[in-house]
Amino acid sequence: MTLQTTLAAAASGLSLLFGMSAAQAEVLFWSTQARPAEEAQAMRREVLSGFEPGVDYQPNEDGPWLTRLQAEQQAGSGSIGVLGALHGNFSALEPDTLVDMGDIDVSVSSDTFANLAKLGTDTMQYVPWMQASYIMAANKQALQYLPEGADLDALTYDQLIEWAANVHKATGAPKFGFPAGPKGLKHRFFQGYLYPSYTNGVVRTFASPEAVTAWEKFRTLWEHTNPASTNFSFMQEQLLSGDAWIVFDHTSRLAQAFNERPDDFVAFPAPAGPAGRGFMPVLAGLAIPETAPDKEASRALVEYMLKPETQIATLRATSFFPVIDVELPDDLPPAVKAAGDAVAKMSASEDANPGLLPAGLGEKGGDFNRVFTDTFERIILAGQPIEQVLEDQKTALARIMEETGAPCWAPDAPSEGACPVE
Amino acid sequence: MDARLLPYLLILPVTLFLGVFFIYPFVLVAQQAFTIGAGFTLENFREVTSYWKFSISLKNTFLLALAVVPVQLALSLLMATMVNRMGKGRDLVLYVWTIPLGISDLAAGIIWLAIFEQSGFLNSMMTGLGVTDQPVNFLSYQNPVTVFVAIMLAEIWRATAIMLVIIVAGIGLIPKEYYEAAEVFGASPWKRFVKITLPLLRPSLQTALILRVVLAFEVFAVVVALGGTLFPVLMGEIYTYQFDLQNGGNAAALALIVLGISLVFTLVILRALRVPKGATI
Repeated sequence: MTLQTTLAAAASGLSLLFGMSAAQAEVLFWSTQARPAEEAQAMRREVLSGFEPGVDYQPNEDGPWLTRLQAEQQAGSGSIGVLGALHGNFSALEPDTLVDMGDIDVSVSSDTFANLAKLGTDTMQYVPWMQASYIMAANKQALQYLPEGADLDALTYDQLIEWAANVHKATGAPKFGFPAGPKGLKHRFFQGYLYPSYTNGVVRTFASPEAVTAWEKFRTLWEHTNPASTNFSFMQEQLLSGDAWIVFDHTSRLAQAFNERPDDFVAFPAPAGPAGRGFMPVLAGLAIPETAPDKEASRALVEYMLKPETQIATLRATSFFPVIDVELPDDLPPAVKAAGDAVAKMSASEDANPGLLPAGLGEKGGDFNRVFTDTFERIILAGQPIEQVLEDQKTALARIMEETGAPCWAPDAPSEGACPVE
Repeated sequence: MDARLLPYLLILPVTLFLGVFFIYPFVLVAQQAFTIGAGFTLENFREVTSYWKFSISLKNTFLLALAVVPVQLALSLLMATMVNRMGKGRDLVLYVWTIPLGISDLAAGIIWLAIFEQSGFLNSMMTGLGVTDQPVNFLSYQNPVTVFVAIMLAEIWRATAIMLVIIVAGIGLIPKEYYEAAEVFGASPWKRFVKITLPLLRPSLQTALILRVVLAFEVFAVVVALGGTLFPVLMGEIYTYQFDLQNGGNAAALALIVLGISLVFTLVILRALRVPKGATI
């Protein structure tokens, strides 16, 4: 090693050391959201740069996120200042391990969200941070194949299937795209869209005759679905590559397509079934772990995140919408505009049938999702008979509901005690 | 210093390291697998083995090991004999062949994904040559055989080198005199390989096979990259239990099952390829 490289190595080592000691004063923001490199960078540069004494924003996959949090809790001391995660991540935690947020000065616009954030206790355990939803998007080339009389903003599942079939016939390739990959959010489609639209429920109606119809419809749609969908997780990629023309996904997983080529794609509401137009929100929240090193600084950061300016900056950075009432500016990125319009049309539609996020499942949230992905894999991919699979999966679902005692959530009719699988 | 103590002193650091980073976590995992709450239970094992995907992933893991390891054994023996005969350029060839060893399994999986993908190299080549007019989707649920073959190819490409290195070293240890004597008696090259190389290679083959078979049961990243959820294997299921379902007990139970399978195979290989007492080269 020459003297020069030795010096360079020593210098970089020192700067790393100083960098680390500087980071000690910052609040560590441990997040499962805004993970893609560009989003994380936008969070650091556009959203969090205005907070003194600075934020160390660290997004991570769910698994490592939880592992470190649990390790800090077991050790009884930690360095994480603020947690940012989805409702589902928080509901898997013990409410005791989070600082009560009931006294924080925020006006969350939705009572439903404020209630969800209590995690079954009397006070808010996390503060709603931002929201999103799932919508449909299409390549404009596909619009010419819309079935006669179909209104893009008020499609039914039957029309969607016909549309996908038309495109399939005209192009010779199945062009419907579905996020069925390992990291795809397919389970949310079943829980929040397909089931509510056909059965007006999720848990109670899991194995009902209407559910059989729903799966039959989905199987027909699957005939016109790009079979590579089992590898798709972020549908923006397939929209941009042209592998899929009509897709369903999370708004922020479609954002890149709209931001890169806003004139090529349209966003529109999810389709409707016999029981209405089912759809589901996505809710992310902020919490402070009991082991936070400086709870005052953490609290200040949470309050900073809920300021109107910060909420709008977050919207630009992540395509997640504010949870407080704010006036949205006109110069928003194309993806935000497209998604905002589609969500607004979806919730304002006459047949809207909004669902809620699964609540009260605690750490069984993953098992609950697995019931739906397993059902999908067995019916659609393995071609097993629908009734038999539903009967079989029903027992797994019933066991989860009994173990957790979770009451029904909309659109299922309310229950006393654990939500029954009928 | 007492010369008798020296060996123990020398292995002490490694023993400590293994104790802290392998034995201790292993005990914790075993504990986690056998307990729910406070009491001893086999519930975790019952749960993972009664899940409908368990038998599928078990079958897939075995099938993959069965398809990959023999091919790798044959290939590495062939490559090692070739390398052994080379004079000039031997080291260069060896280096090139061991490059895949330096690449992480996930990266290897992604390299092969870039080949087999719908818009990957193989499809561009095939459309370029006019073999197909539309890109073929090799890695779809409709073509389980191609998914399997792709994973197999990637595994063979990635992990043959580890056997190669061990076997090359082993061949180098075989004294030349045996071959010279065999040649004098007119033994053909094949005969020399079967009667001299293979028997004297036993200890190396043992090591190579144990390493490879155990690794084959732990296959994960390549499968995830190429097959996604289409080709469930045991390790992938462990990951799902731990991280998607956050069920450490079930994950630990399944991990112990994999450990059990690996142990059984290690014992079988040890027994089958044992060197008789007193026989040395």
